[in-house]
Amino acid sequence: MAYLRAFGRYLPARVVDNAEIASLVGADPAWIQQVSGIVERRFAAPEESVAALGLRAGKDCLEAAGVSGSEVGLILVSSGSGERRFPGPATEIAAMLASAGIPAGVPAIDLPIASAGSLFGLSLAANLCQTYRNILVIGTEVMSRVIRLEPAGRDTAILFGDGAGACLVSAETGFARIVDSVIRSDGEFADSLRLHWDGTIYMEGRTIILHASRKLPRAILEVLNRNQTKAGEIGAFVMHQANLNLITRVAQAVGVPESRFFSNVQRYGNTSSASLLIAAAEWWSEVGQTMEGPFVMAAFGAGLNWGALLAAPYTG
Amino acid sequence: MDNRTKIVSIIRHLATKPIDPAADESLFESGLLDSFSLNDLVTALESEFAIQVPDSDLTPRKFDSIERIEAYVESHS
Repeated sequence: MAYLRAFGRYLPARVVDNAEIASLVGADPAWIQQVSGIVERRFAAPEESVAALGLRAGKDCLEAAGVSGSEVGLILVSSGSGERRFPGPATEIAAMLASAGIPAGVPAIDLPIASAGSLFGLSLAANLCQTYRNILVIGTEVMSRVIRLEPAGRDTAILFGDGAGACLVSAETGFARIVDSVIRSDGEFADSLRLHWDGTIYMEGRTIILHASRKLPRAILEVLNRNQTKAGEIGAFVMHQANLNLITRVAQAVGVPESRFFSNVQRYGNTSSASLLIAAAEWWSEVGQTMEGPFVMAAFGAGLNWGALLAAPYTG
Repeated sequence: MDNRTKIVSIIRHLATKPIDPAADESLFESGLLDSFSLNDLVTALESEFAIQVPDSDLTPRKFDSIERIEAYVESHS
């Protein structure tokens, strides 16, 4: 068995609203909100690294779980915006988490998977936690340093923000049991969403939207169908926060009211692989502890990689 | 009803305002349809023409004009 024990999050302090972004990229603030649902996002301070954000989220998660770092057996860190080709932020976060009790030598693995990385981390953790017991999954991104804040980068620059989220997956106990997960990859469209070192994000928006609109509902329905669960039985859907219009379309395709889909993309924009866990942390904080019925987490992103996870309340 | 008439009918249904696109006009670059309508367009084509669009064919270019949609539908029907 694998359980979700707690979520955590960290958002940088600086709020960047659409008016500020619009002035840099030559767009209308109202247009940004119309095409994305985004009202504002957070940008990291110059001294805040990808690992620094991840550290804050990881600590927040351990505190929420009431678990000492000494009980953590493995750390998985997803990020598509790490500053270095190698090492990624995982080992640095592990070292910095020594103050939270993480023992020296705990394995820390990078998952360089943008957007869907934390969902992949949760799925892997569910399968690995019998060995490692408590696995800290972190998604951390500083997207503001990989976008072009000028008119030529308008279509992507308006979308992204910075932040980090975390989840403790445990073999022992938790507020929810991970019932099943589906993860999928399709490299045929790898070039449609990519980021080269020292470059900025390249995204063929229509291609990505088209694939996400079809693959996300398919993954959600696959994990539901193979567990004899209907979409109408799901209490909440927590998705990668890419775009409010995409969330609306996925809700329609799955056949449930959009109100069942938690969203905070309005306040944080698309924080890539961090967004799923940031959203989950806020959802869990608001309603998760009184939730009724199972819930679904889902994500889609570069690779292409996508998937869905089904969890059910667990009371021990 | 011929294929082109059916395709135009689908496109008009998806548009948020009355439109009369030329056969070779880009539906998306021109703003006649928004990006999120693309999946609706593909789904409607699958239903209307009883075809299955595989993921490998999910590129906007194949569905960007009436002419291209017509060519795709006729090669897959």
